[in-house]
Amino acid sequence: MTEFFGALAAHSFLQHALLAGLLASIGCGIIGAFVVVRRISFLAGGIAHAVLAGMGIVYFFGGAPLYGALPAAVIAALVIAIINRRFKQYEDTLVAALWSLGIAIGIVFISSTPGYSVDLLGYLFGNILLVTEADLILMAILDGVILLVTALYYKQLLAICFDEEFARVRGVRVELLHVLLLIMVALTVVLLVKVVGLILVMALLTLPAATAMQFSRSLLKIMGLAMIFGGLICSTGLWLSYTPDLPAGATMVITAAVLYVLVLLLTAFYKTRRRRQGIEEMAKR
Amino acid sequence: MQSDAQTLINIDNVSYAYDDRPVLEDITLDIQRGEFLGLIGPNAGGKSTLLKLILGLLQPDRGTIRVFGDSPASARGRLGYVPQHAAFGRDFPISVEETVMLGRLGLSGSYGRFSRDDHERARAALATVEIEDLRRRGLQELSGGQLQRVLIARALVCEPEVLLLDEPTANIDMRAEEDIFALLKEYNAHMTIVVVSHDIAFISTYVSRVACLNRQLVCHQTAQLDGKLIEQLYGAPMHLINHNHHHD
Repeated sequence: MTEFFGALAAHSFLQHALLAGLLASIGCGIIGAFVVVRRISFLAGGIAHAVLAGMGIVYFFGGAPLYGALPAAVIAALVIAIINRRFKQYEDTLVAALWSLGIAIGIVFISSTPGYSVDLLGYLFGNILLVTEADLILMAILDGVILLVTALYYKQLLAICFDEEFARVRGVRVELLHVLLLIMVALTVVLLVKVVGLILVMALLTLPAATAMQFSRSLLKIMGLAMIFGGLICSTGLWLSYTPDLPAGATMVITAAVLYVLVLLLTAFYKTRRRRQGIEEMAKR
Repeated sequence: MQSDAQTLINIDNVSYAYDDRPVLEDITLDIQRGEFLGLIGPNAGGKSTLLKLILGLLQPDRGTIRVFGDSPASARGRLGYVPQHAAFGRDFPISVEETVMLGRLGLSGSYGRFSRDDHERARAALATVEIEDLRRRGLQELSGGQLQRVLIARALVCEPEVLLLDEPTANIDMRAEEDIFALLKEYNAHMTIVVVSHDIAFISTYVSRVACLNRQLVCHQTAQLDGKLIEQLYGAPMHLINHNHHHD
């Protein structure tokens, strides 16, 4: 452990990695909470995988792949919103198609790039140790946008996640807000691509929020807790990966899953115990 | 368009079909200010659909609906709506008070969190349905009757001129049902109420008029309901059962 902290003090790439993990946790905590309560993890997965198309195209034309991720994620969010509005009954099928199509387009462009030498695994599983200062600035801006939009439209977003029909009766522009939420999911996906890669995005988007849900019944508190859990998961995962030189994205996701299962088991244990105590108390009377 | 100042909702020759299955045919019905209208009829008779048309959640295939002389979509801010089935999961992380405050949307400021005023009005609405002490609870901790009161409070908090309720007592026991209707009767003093029910025997003691829907408007009883009329509709004298009033 001391080896890790020594390296953290010495190497700016590790500091960047840690900062990237913490920045990702902010957007992740907020949007993850919406994704979990609105039950759109699958849509989020579709957006995440469609991102490879954008990254592949930008890479083909010689740009930095991360800048292709943003427009691709937003386009995927818009396509899914249209699917949701027009073809609701086939939504899962169409999202699954978009999911694979994104990967397919990405692979076609990446493999036809001259001097094909790109580390495809880096996009799929992330490479947090290669985060640059420019990446960090982009991540901070994305966090800022997510925080601002959520602060402005919190009530409306809560309303459409909770009860869409009633929100409509109260004059909320449900379709528009749904698109807005999906676009924020897209921004969060971009936040996470460098950290854990697009295949593992879903785990960091859903697991911290799902863990937080075990502790609170207020959406705002769940968001705060999910940010804290996200930060813990990212730093623990980074630390675990350092000495044995494992991919940090993978150790982060495993950390997130272990934390989630532990919390589930603990809450189940306490619930049973409380119930048993309650029954015993009733029997004594 | 508005022929009579007292007609709040004007339904004119409205038909509606889900795909090829017609649910409403040529419905013409005016709802007057101050009414307590019971919409009754068998299941799948189109009662809920009519409410959704009035709210502008569905568009009629034929005919027109005017609410306060305006289109349903632009007038629905003045309507309160209590849906039949809670459209949300009971495990959603939201408190009773927050649920009720969502009824303030469109009235409170557009941006940011709910205001102090929203909180106060939500508490006042919870007080009128007599569950103010539950405001910090989560929804999954509530009984069916308590949840129904939350939904009514959520509809009341926007201070509607017309309250539309879809089977507000479908999933709760008899005693809670009587409590809720007694409450609605009180509101009727200053609010127009439309309530959907399949149980005419029960609602007839509360409503001022009934409309029977079975795809068409089969009976449209404009006269004041009294014991005799119910006898006519049911062919047997009604038994009025008196229960003690307790709140769950």
